[in-house]
Amino acid sequence: MTDTKQITFRIRRYDPDLDTIPHWEEHKLNVPDGMTVLEALQEIKAEQAPTLAWRSSCRMGVCGSCGMFINHLPMLACQTQVLHLGTDVVTVAPLPNYDNVKDLVPNLEPLIQKHAAIKPFIILTNSKEIDEPTGEFIQTPEQRDEYSQFTFCIKCGLCLAACPTVATDPLFLGPQALAQAYRYTVDNRDCGLQERLEAIDAFHGPYQCHMAGACSQACPKGVDPAFGIQLLKRTLVLDSIGFGKKKSSVAKVMPLADIVKQIEEFAPPPRTVGK
Amino acid sequence: MANKPTAYNNRLGLKGWVYAGNYTFERYLYIGHRLSGLGLIAYMVLHIIETANRMRGEEAWAALMGLFASPVFKIVEYLLFAAAVFHAMNGVRLLLVELGFFLGKPQEPIFPYKSSVMKHRPLTYIIMLLAGLLMALGGSSLFFK
Repeated sequence: MTDTKQITFRIRRYDPDLDTIPHWEEHKLNVPDGMTVLEALQEIKAEQAPTLAWRSSCRMGVCGSCGMFINHLPMLACQTQVLHLGTDVVTVAPLPNYDNVKDLVPNLEPLIQKHAAIKPFIILTNSKEIDEPTGEFIQTPEQRDEYSQFTFCIKCGLCLAACPTVATDPLFLGPQALAQAYRYTVDNRDCGLQERLEAIDAFHGPYQCHMAGACSQACPKGVDPAFGIQLLKRTLVLDSIGFGKKKSSVAKVMPLADIVKQIEEFAPPPRTVGK
Repeated sequence: MANKPTAYNNRLGLKGWVYAGNYTFERYLYIGHRLSGLGLIAYMVLHIIETANRMRGEEAWAALMGLFASPVFKIVEYLLFAAAVFHAMNGVRLLLVELGFFLGKPQEPIFPYKSSVMKHRPLTYIIMLLAGLLMALGGSSLFFK
């Protein structure tokens, strides 16, 4: 039989229909080794607090739904094992710096709005190339390495909950959006830095970050948004003094004719069996 | 039509940046940098007010200088010096990392993750040691001369 340990869960409850301010509830649970905070909440809901609300989906740290403030740090409930926290009392609250919709459910709308504001997509200046592509973009592994780390963002919003600047400046774009701004700007297919400048090279942009590093500590996927912000600052500084990357208005495109030639070169040998 | 239930404002506000809790060393440096910056701005304002006292005549000026010669103001003077040293040294660290130095290169994250904060931690320690050394030298020169 698996050894269990009794843990007290202090859970912050808030029902907008009944409460004006949140309150704390305590629930005791025998926790076996390996049980995650999410599993503990499911058991508490099943046996002790049927109205407890939270948001979760994949249970494996991929969807980013179950971000919570666990023992005063933002974490994914599905990736956090209760006994690894090393405390007899585990506090679970909704992510700070977001409006609290109900119990442990934050309103992640600001995260999505800020993400959208930085135009998180490849921007081409040649509209003809968008509508009538003439070929594929060329990208070397080294060019991909420049941004690939930042593509692992699952938009869980933990970084904004950890950021001390977001705590006082609601308009600060925040680590998630700024790291994504760098991810797209550094992509060699992208020509959109000037279009993004209005959003990112502003008072509430990357210069509000003083490298507290809390976002990178909280990030459950190793995206390291603080790193992205510093690289974005460097990009903006170099661009403002005329040393930015010079890009052609159209990113390099391999002509379709060459691609067809390549396909022919690497075609499989003719069939000899079953002829 | 029933009123739409309102969400609770869960923004940490000022508490969010003055309380670093279980976060890393750099998060504490963030607080120190902001507080020392605010302190230096407050000093600049006070300094302008103080020097403006010269316009009130020699006696008023001498009385003010007499007040500043007290041991309490010596400690305040030292705290001001320490704040300036910390702010300047941490500022050097921030300038370096904001230009992308000492942070390594982007790479696909493999668990256990090593963030840019940990990559530039040696630089952080060296700069803070230098700041401590300068504060100690300044203190010895101010108090034991």
